[in-house]
Amino acid sequence: MVTCINDALFPGTGASVVRLLRRLGVDAEFPEAQTCCGQPMVNTGYLDEAVPLVRNYVDAFETYDAVVTPSGSCAGSVRHQHGMVARRAGDPGLERAVTGTSARVHELSEFLVDVLGVTDVGAYFPHRVTYHPTCHSLRMLGVGDRPRQLLEAVRGLRLTELPNAEECCGFGGTFAVKNSDTSVAMGADKARHVRSTGAEVLVAGDSSCLMHIGGLLSRQRSGVRVMHLADVLAATEDAP
Amino acid sequence: MADARTQVLGRVRAALAGTAPDPEPVPAPAGARPGDVVAHFAERVADYRATVVRCAPADVGAAVAGALPAGARVVVPPGLPEEIRAALADPLVDDGLSAAELDRVDAVVTACRLAIAETGTIVLDHRPDQGRRVLTLVPDRHVCIVRADQVVADVPEAVGSLDPTRALTWISGPSATSDIELDRVEGVHGPRHLHVVVVEGAEPR
Amino acid sequence: MTGTFVGMPAFPAAARDALADTQLRHNLAHATATIRGKRAAVVGEVEHWEALRLAGAAVKERALHGLEDHLVRLEESLVARGAQVHWARDAAEANALVADVARRHGADEVVKVKSMATQEIGLNEALAAEGIAAWETDLAEMIVQLGDDLPSHILVPAIHRNRAEIREIFLRRMADVGRPAPADLTDEPAVLAAAAREHLREKFLRAKVGVSGANFAVADTGTLVVVESEGNGRMCLTLPEVLVTVVGIEKVVPTWAELDPLLRLLPRSSTGERMNPYTSTWTGVTPDDGPQEVHVVLLDNGRTRALADEVGRQALRCIRCSACLNVCPVYERVGGHAYGSVYPGPIGAILNPLLHGIGEGTGDPQSRSQVESLPYASSLCGACFEVCPVRIDIPEVLVHLRSKVVDAHRGDRVPKPEALAMRAAAHTLADAKRLGRAERLAGRVGRLVGRRGTTPRLPGPGAGWTDARDLPTPARESFRGWWRRTGGRLDGGENDG
Repeated sequence: MVTCINDALFPGTGASVVRLLRRLGVDAEFPEAQTCCGQPMVNTGYLDEAVPLVRNYVDAFETYDAVVTPSGSCAGSVRHQHGMVARRAGDPGLERAVTGTSARVHELSEFLVDVLGVTDVGAYFPHRVTYHPTCHSLRMLGVGDRPRQLLEAVRGLRLTELPNAEECCGFGGTFAVKNSDTSVAMGADKARHVRSTGAEVLVAGDSSCLMHIGGLLSRQRSGVRVMHLADVLAATEDAP
Repeated sequence: MADARTQVLGRVRAALAGTAPDPEPVPAPAGARPGDVVAHFAERVADYRATVVRCAPADVGAAVAGALPAGARVVVPPGLPEEIRAALADPLVDDGLSAAELDRVDAVVTACRLAIAETGTIVLDHRPDQGRRVLTLVPDRHVCIVRADQVVADVPEAVGSLDPTRALTWISGPSATSDIELDRVEGVHGPRHLHVVVVEGAEPR
Repeated sequence: MTGTFVGMPAFPAAARDALADTQLRHNLAHATATIRGKRAAVVGEVEHWEALRLAGAAVKERALHGLEDHLVRLEESLVARGAQVHWARDAAEANALVADVARRHGADEVVKVKSMATQEIGLNEALAAEGIAAWETDLAEMIVQLGDDLPSHILVPAIHRNRAEIREIFLRRMADVGRPAPADLTDEPAVLAAAAREHLREKFLRAKVGVSGANFAVADTGTLVVVESEGNGRMCLTLPEVLVTVVGIEKVVPTWAELDPLLRLLPRSSTGERMNPYTSTWTGVTPDDGPQEVHVVLLDNGRTRALADEVGRQALRCIRCSACLNVCPVYERVGGHAYGSVYPGPIGAILNPLLHGIGEGTGDPQSRSQVESLPYASSLCGACFEVCPVRIDIPEVLVHLRSKVVDAHRGDRVPKPEALAMRAAAHTLADAKRLGRAERLAGRVGRLVGRRGTTPRLPGPGAGWTDARDLPTPARESFRGWWRRTGGRLDGGENDG
C-alpha cells in the first residue's frame, strides 16, 4: 500500500519501498485500484464518507498475503479504525472482510524485521542521521526499536539521539490546519531538537510527519533534510 | 415531576439498557513482596522525609523521648500503652480537647493500626491507643510507634486487614505539597514533622 | 484570565492567545517535565503495572455497568451509618442543597477540600450569592481563588503560576480575607507554604461547616475516601461540626476490597508518589470523632448523559489523576484555560463534550461551538492513553466525538467548507481512476505555481499550513503514474519525487 500522501507528494518513497522489497526477494506489486485508507476522514469525524474508501481498500488488497506500507499511521488506521467504519456502515460482509485485511497489514519496519526476519537490508547511507519515532508507529502499532535496528545496520550511517524523541511533532492530520498555531508550536520544538543534534538528515517512518517537520525546517533554512526510512534503507553504494 | 433520586436512577437505568452488569468483584494483581518488610518500610518512610528510629522493646520510651524537643508540650491518646506514657514528662491526656487547645500543643505520641512497607505508609484506625482524628492532625509533630509485626508488604494486605467501618487515616510522611511548580515541599497544614519509632522483636499484642 | 469560563472562545482561538504568553509556556514546560519524570520513576518500580491498570479499569467498568445497584447500596450503607443522603440532577440542585445545610447552621462561611465536583457545579459562586463565603484550603486552589483566577490543571490548578507570581498574589490579597502574608515573604516554596498554613489555620479552627468531594465512594460499606497531600483535607473533614460531601455518581466503587488497585494507581499516576501523604476514609458519622452531622450529595450533572454513550462511557472511569495532562504536548503548550472548563487537557477534551452533550441543542451557539471544538484539540498522539491508570482510550473517544460533531451538523442548511472539502476528497479517493486524474491535474498545477518545489501561500484554511511551514508541490508524476508507465521496473526511469 503506497499511501495517498506518498502517491501524490512523495512518489520516490513508494519507489524506494518497491526497490527495497525486490532487493530482498519479495514479489512486490502495486494494485492500481488502491487509493487511501480513509484515515483523514475518520480522524476528522467523517465516518460515513470513509465507508467507500474502506470498501475500496478491502477490494484492492483482499487477495494479497501481506500488505506493506511505509506509514505507521496508515497501518494503524487499517488495523484499528477500519473495523469501526465497517460497523458504522452496518454491513456484516464488510466487517468480515475488514477483519481479514486488517490482520495482514504491516508497517515497513514490522514487515522487514518480523516477517522477513532481516535487520541488515544491505543499505549504504554515509550521513549523520537522527530518528523521530512517529506517534502512531510508536504507540498505536508498538513498532518499538525495529526502525532503529534497521538504521543501525546501515553502513556509513551515524545515528544521533533526538532529544524528547517520543513527543509528538504536532502534525496530527487536520489538526495541523484546524489548530495550526498549536501544531506549529509543537513542530517548532521538534525542529529545534532536530537541529540540536547536528544531524544532516531527519528520518521517520511517516511522510506526513516529515512533511510537517520538514516544512518548518525548510522555512527556517536549517539545511537539515528529511527522509523517509524507506529512502534510507533503499540507498546502496551503487544507487545512492 | 419525579424526585431527583427517582429521576437520576431512571436515567442510569436508561443509559445502561442492554448492558449486562459484571457480578463478580475484580481481583487485582499481587503487591510488592520485599524480602525484609520492616527494613523496606523504614527505608520508604525515610524516603518521604520522616525521621525513622528502629529500637528494641526495652528502648521505646527513650526513642520516643528522643523524638521530642526539650520542654515540648505533649498530648497522648487515652489508650497509649503505659510503658510509653511513662517515658513522657507529664503528658496531656486527650479527653475531648478542643481544636484550639490542641493548637497550643507541640507534639502528639500515638500507636498505629498497621504500616505498609512498599509505600512507607502508617495507617491509623483511631482506636484508643491512637486517639481521635484531630489529635494527630493539629499538633505540629507526630511521633508514631510501629511494632515490627504490624508492618505489611503492600496496599492489598492493608486493604484486606482494615475495617472500613472505622474512620481511617493513611499517613505517608509529613504533610506536603507539590502545588508550587510541581516541586514537593514538606509541611503545610498537617504535622510538619513525622517521627516513626519501629519496635523490633516485640510480642504481638 | 479572570472570572469565569462562561463565554470562552473555541479552542483554536483560546490556544492562540495562550501560546503568545511565554511566561505561561515556561511555567508549564517546567512543571509538566518535573511531574513526568517523577511519575515515570515510581511507575517504573511497580512490577505488574500493566496488570494493575487492567484491574483498575475493570473495577471502574464494573462500577459503571451496575451503577444503579451500587448507588442504591451506597445510599443504604450511608444512611445505616448516620449520614443524610441527597440526590442532585444538576448543578443548581446540588448547590442549593449545600447552601441549605450551611444556612440551617447559621454559617456565613465554609471551608473546602479541593474538589473537582464542586468546581464543576460552581459551588463557590452559588454560595457567595447566598452570602456564604467558601474558603478554598488547598494551596493551589487558594492561589487561584486569591488571584481571582481560573484553575488550569486538575491536580495543580495554579500550575500556570510560578513562585514569584504566587508570592505577589499572597502579598496583595491575603490581608483582604484574613491573616495577612508576612511582610518579609520570599518566593521560596517552603516559605509560601508556611504563609498558607498561618493564613488558613484560623479559618480551620473556627469553621462550623466543611465541604468536600470524594475520590471514591464504596457502595458495600458507605465509606468515602479523600486522597490529599497537605492536610487541609483532614482539617476540613475533621474539625467542623457539619460535613457536606458532593460526590459524582461515577465515583462509586462496588466493594471495599476493590479500592486496592485504585489506591495503588492514583498516587503514582498523579503526584508521582508511591503514596500521597494523607488518605482519609470515613463511613457516615463516627461517634465522638469528627463531624457529627454528615451529608452526602450524589450528583448527576451530565454523568448519565455520558454513561449513555457506549464509546464515551469509559471517560467516567477517570480518577482525576491528571497524568494525561502532564504528558499531553498540546496541554503543555497551551495550558488549561484554553479548554474553557475545570476539566482541561485530554480528559477534558472528551469529558466536557460528554457531560454537556453534542448536537443536543443545549446552550448558546458560542458555548456549543466551544464544546464542539474540544474533540479536535488533540493531535491524536496517544500519549494520554499510554499513561492513563484506568486505560481510558482517549484517542478513540476523541475520534468518536468528532464523528458526533460531524453528524450533528449533517442537517445544516449551509454545510461547513470543511464538510464540502471532505466529501469532495472522499469522492475522489473512493476510486483509483478519479484519483489518478486528480493527481495528473495537481501535478500540472503544482508545476505552474510552485517555485523550487514549494507551494506558495494558500488561501483559506490552507493558510494555516503555509503561513509557518513550507509545503511541497504535488509531484510531476505520481507514484501511480510512474507504476503505470514502468510497471515498477527500476531501470525504467527513476521517478523524480
